[in-house]
Amino acid sequence: MGRHQTLLASRHTRAVFNRRVVVAAIVSVIAISGLLWRAAYLQVTQYEHFQTLADKNRIRTQILPPERGRIFDRNGHILADNVPSYQVEIIREDVRDLEATLSLLAEVLALDDTALADIRQRLRQNRSFDPVLIKSGLSDREIAELARYRPWLPGVEVASRLTRVYPQKHLLSHVVGYVGRINADEWKRVDRDNYRRTDYIGKTGVERYYEARLHGQAGYRRVEVDAFGRVLRVLEEQPPVPGEDLVLSIDLGLQELAYAALGEFNGAVVAMDPRDGAVRALVSKPSFDPNLFVDGISHADYQALLNDPNRPLFNRAITATYPPGSTIKMLMGLAGLDLGLIEPEKRFFAGPYYTLPNHSHRYRDWRRGGHGWVDLDKAIAQSVDVYFYDLAFRMGIDQIHAYFTDFGLGERTGIDLPSEARGLVPSRDWKRNVRGEPWYPGETVIAGIGQGYMLATAVQLAQMTTTLANRGERYRPWVVADHARSEPPFEIKNLEHWRPVLDGMLHVVHSSYGTARHVGEGAPYQMAGKTGTAQVFSVAQDEQYDAEQLERRLHDHALFVGYAPYDAPKISVAVIVENGGSGSGTAAPMARKVMDAALGYYGYEQADIEVRGGRE
Amino acid sequence: MAANKFLSSFSSSVGHLFNSPPRLNYDPVLLFLLVLLAAVGLISGYSASGGDLVQVKRMAVRVGLAFVVMLAIAQLPARLFFRGAPWLFGFGVLLLVAVWAFGDLGKGAKRWLDLGFIRFQPSEIMKLAVPLIVTWFLANRPLPPSFPDVLVVLFLVGVPAGLIMLQPDLGTSLLVVATGLFVLFFAGLAWRYIIGFCALLAAIAPLLWFYVMEDYQKQRVLMLFDPQSDPLGDGYQIIQSVIAIGSGGLYGKGWMEGTQAHLDFLPEGTTDFVLAVFAEEFGLIGMLFLFLLYLATVLRCLALAAKAESVEGRLFGAAVAMMFLIYVFVNGGMVLGLLPVVGVPLPLMSYGGTALVTLMMALGMLMAIQSQKRFLGHEQ
Repeated sequence: MGRHQTLLASRHTRAVFNRRVVVAAIVSVIAISGLLWRAAYLQVTQYEHFQTLADKNRIRTQILPPERGRIFDRNGHILADNVPSYQVEIIREDVRDLEATLSLLAEVLALDDTALADIRQRLRQNRSFDPVLIKSGLSDREIAELARYRPWLPGVEVASRLTRVYPQKHLLSHVVGYVGRINADEWKRVDRDNYRRTDYIGKTGVERYYEARLHGQAGYRRVEVDAFGRVLRVLEEQPPVPGEDLVLSIDLGLQELAYAALGEFNGAVVAMDPRDGAVRALVSKPSFDPNLFVDGISHADYQALLNDPNRPLFNRAITATYPPGSTIKMLMGLAGLDLGLIEPEKRFFAGPYYTLPNHSHRYRDWRRGGHGWVDLDKAIAQSVDVYFYDLAFRMGIDQIHAYFTDFGLGERTGIDLPSEARGLVPSRDWKRNVRGEPWYPGETVIAGIGQGYMLATAVQLAQMTTTLANRGERYRPWVVADHARSEPPFEIKNLEHWRPVLDGMLHVVHSSYGTARHVGEGAPYQMAGKTGTAQVFSVAQDEQYDAEQLERRLHDHALFVGYAPYDAPKISVAVIVENGGSGSGTAAPMARKVMDAALGYYGYEQADIEVRGGRE
Repeated sequence: MAANKFLSSFSSSVGHLFNSPPRLNYDPVLLFLLVLLAAVGLISGYSASGGDLVQVKRMAVRVGLAFVVMLAIAQLPARLFFRGAPWLFGFGVLLLVAVWAFGDLGKGAKRWLDLGFIRFQPSEIMKLAVPLIVTWFLANRPLPPSFPDVLVVLFLVGVPAGLIMLQPDLGTSLLVVATGLFVLFFAGLAWRYIIGFCALLAAIAPLLWFYVMEDYQKQRVLMLFDPQSDPLGDGYQIIQSVIAIGSGGLYGKGWMEGTQAHLDFLPEGTTDFVLAVFAEEFGLIGMLFLFLLYLATVLRCLALAAKAESVEGRLFGAAVAMMFLIYVFVNGGMVLGLLPVVGVPLPLMSYGGTALVTLMMALGMLMAIQSQKRFLGHEQ
């Protein structure tokens, strides 16, 4: 190879090399431009998207749940309280290994498979970065154990929360109600943002009726966190607005006494202030401990409550309906006077039974021999069935329906508690629509003594008694003051007609012939009232194998309604004693105790009045 | 004639070393660009480490050492590198075999060799040894390379690349292959070979996928297409990196103000993913500045190579320029979510030692090659 050739080759090589260098330079420019083009795409075109993502990374919104309002009785006794307790929660996004974390937690906290399944369910439904409850009501030992395992449990936090507590236990379960964990249906109803970190929702009673006011408004806190979920600083905070504390019209002492007054019977007591409709006591017995429900009732406890033949969960004061029996007779009298069908002094011969014209069926009086000649006063005081059979027949069901409805029967009183029943004042329309049958005259006859289809709740009877005490002025019953409202009054043409009816009620207690005359003995005030007895047909259908229970379940319900003092009413009471036998013997003495207490004559000591047997 | 030439060049080198007043040899333009990059690296490193001055000092010391090594090498006669190439290559292959036999395990791969006093990755040596040996081989062969010569080159590249892939370290392996092949490219390898090779690569890619690549490597590639499939696991880094960059916007969040970096959302924010921190804080403007700096560096290296007189100098110099580009492109592509996650640092920005030293040694050689031009010029 000659020098020239080498040089030529070398020149050629160099030319090739230089061209390749140019290619390499172009490739370099293209490569770097490619990277810059990508950077421009991310940083300019997609800037807002990534800006949002970066903020989402670092900014978390913590919901600050409001403290639930507490509930007090009218004297400031606490009925529903919040007490701090500790619970474990996990934030899914901060957990590195979920399975390992859950199995360690299960070991430390002794969680069973059901509990774990619940937790998994909650984890699936949870919104990102919201804590998920693992276990509430931690013991000191569990807290200590968790602290020990903390390094192995990233994303697991022990949080202090407020647990709902009902210090009065069973006493007010049917008034205050209870809260429980929010279920799927409730989730659909509530404002999710407001309830995101709320543990409880009112399930029954005041807790449910006043849920919106008790709950309050959730606040939030926007915090900057690092990649490990540690809060670095608070960017913005909107404190929660705590729920409103509610003061009920209930008088805890009176409630306690009314509950005790029912003795071993099941039943209901409703005591109202006739001057404004305030409910001072509302008892449904038997009751239950609402604290069981707060953090989720156990299956066994719930089954026990459901299967209890005494049905403790059933609200006998507002949800149960009973035939009002003779307690509506004074309404009949009032209507009769207003319609001119009777006169106060006009005497009527009450034999042992009543028959409809051209019928042979005998509608018997409760007193086998009849009452003989009676006026309106005696008809009420002695609860003369035949007098009211006759009056009812002459009045007709349409008039009865109209007057009773004006008095508020057959309609919800509108008390500020959920699940109130309507009761029933039968009518021709009702029977045609519901039963598909025409109205029979005999049904009018028994409607006159509050039997047959007629049904009322204890709170309706208390409201009715209040209206009588107020001579037609009507109030809606309430447990929270701003629910108080006047209802359209019950009006009669001649105001003089009130007196004979109310006198009849007075003489039920204060006379030598009243059905409950023993109850008024020794009372330092005058009371007016009316006894009633209702035939049992609903509850007795339950199966029952205990012979003694069975017998008792066949007993009639005993009722008493009344108010006191007679000339200036301050308390009106309705008592329903299931299977109590007679109104005068069982229910009336209970009402007396409640009145004594409410009027302050016996303090809150139980009045020692003998509960007698016997009929009205 | 060759001996004569060698002697005269040797005497002029020696004369340079002993007779003339000692003059530091370096390329001022390249040095300026590198110092600028190092400064940017330290500034963003300070932020990326969360204002950890100790770590920044440590980084400064390493970078400084790398500069010293570069400048020291720039003073050596370039021929030394090529003459030593076979020895270095052989030594490197031996070490790779040693690693394969009794290397330390780290992150699921055998990469480190613990010699008692020093732990290092022999694959780093190969980043220099492979282009050197290929250059050494081709420089004495007629160019453009003949087909048998190409086969020899492929063998020289394939052995160390295969050994590195066994570790397994796909990133370094591909880097080694690329630098070796770039020498071939600059030697004037016919386009038909290049196109043929690319076609072959496309053909064997599925085979690589099914028989060579480890599961974790496949995972990284898959993550590139769908990082959201595992947002808290393998996809996390890519997602957070892209979020950091994108949220930087045009002007950036400001130095020390990057939320992604400072709130620890960005793993490896000081090392392989430092570019994401920089992009978050300095925005597209900063990226433009940084990448133009890198491009200028690459182009300067190419220019130096083009000016070199010797064939060796040109081939090796141009390959070094491309090596630098590959570092920048692979790291940038990874951080920007264009390429799979492979452990390639960003020169002078990423915190970390050996790779930078190797690269700076290569740049030092480039400067040495450039200085040689003058002496050869004298001779003609």
